[in-house]
Amino acid sequence: MRRPGSRFGGRLEPFSHVDLQLYAGRSLDIVTQAELVTSFAPVRADFALSACGSAMVEAADHLAQEDERSNRLFLLLLEGLRTLALSPATPSAVLDGYLFRLASVAGYHPHLDACAACGAPGPHDVFTIAAGGALCPDDAPFDAHPLDPAVTGLLRRLLGGPLSDQRDAPEDPRVRRAAAALVASYLTYHLGRPLRALELVER
Amino acid sequence: MAFEGPVQDLIEEFGRLPGIGPKSAQRLAFHMLTIDTEDARRLANAIVQVKERVRFCVRCFNVAEQQECRICRDPRRDPTVLCVVEEPRDVMAIEKTAEFRGRYHVLGGAISPIDGVGPDQLRIKELVARVGAEDVAELVLATNPNIEGEATASYLARLLKSMGLRVSRIASGLPVGGDLEYADEVTLGRAFAGRRDL
Repeated sequence: MRRPGSRFGGRLEPFSHVDLQLYAGRSLDIVTQAELVTSFAPVRADFALSACGSAMVEAADHLAQEDERSNRLFLLLLEGLRTLALSPATPSAVLDGYLFRLASVAGYHPHLDACAACGAPGPHDVFTIAAGGALCPDDAPFDAHPLDPAVTGLLRRLLGGPLSDQRDAPEDPRVRRAAAALVASYLTYHLGRPLRALELVER
Repeated sequence: MAFEGPVQDLIEEFGRLPGIGPKSAQRLAFHMLTIDTEDARRLANAIVQVKERVRFCVRCFNVAEQQECRICRDPRRDPTVLCVVEEPRDVMAIEKTAEFRGRYHVLGGAISPIDGVGPDQLRIKELVARVGAEDVAELVLATNPNIEGEATASYLARLLKSMGLRVSRIASGLPVGGDLEYADEVTLGRAFAGRRDL
């Protein structure tokens, strides 16, 4: 793929959105044609954006299933890379929104407005990753720490709005860090492994 | 079916080398059976010698037989310009061009967030220390033009420009003897972005 003699050149690089023609091989398919749709060049050229893009791609790679169509995951990844390519002021905020929504797309939707155990309408101020979201006082463990309402509000916005809304988010850095830590823990719990690229994301 | 004794051992050893699959390993092992004992001994000796005598240059981390490599010891090289590369083999590739007369710094890889390789795993601290201690005025970032190399160059540019140095990046574009029609969009786009006056 990366040999100078490759007829695909720089088309088959990570982050590239490509239109491929594949020949079905015995174990792996063989790329016979590749056309570039978008290279997301700004994401490649900037370290902070590249680290966020890498975390997006890594998470999508872990959650996508072999030979299974996943349009929502694909479209979310495209939205994430497109938003990063606009060089947002806080790329890590775009990443957090992407990761939280990715968990939802993958079937691990975090419940924020109703109790994740009994469905009692909220808001509830305890969030438990293992339970999949907020818990009412009856279902919350007795030693659970309540979540700051500002963090809950940010999580709600991360999950609900378009990723472009996170570009220049003016949130309190303390609230932003708390929400980012919770999103990372939530995804790590459901993936069963941490995302390596997250360690290089600048907060 | 596995072969017996030393032949199987040799196949397994060859099979551990990069780019050598089981069939190639078997072919190499059987080739060894056909060559002269003296040739085999010379090969074995070359492997032992490279492990015993070759080390990393204490200054630039290129491969060396002494404390410092041949390039760092050469007083004719320009000490004010440093070319930053990923691996020692990149030093050889640039030396073959005979276009660069400065010195090098070998990072030992590139930043790769997906593989969990960050700046701390590379010789970036050593580069910053060199820039502070030596009379360096310009850094040429010659990391590979792929995702990892670009991320590394971007990180280094941000870090080192703040130290008041001139930081440049090697150009990327069309290969000599290439054909525009077959160039991919990324490469051709870069060739245009980096065009120069004649």
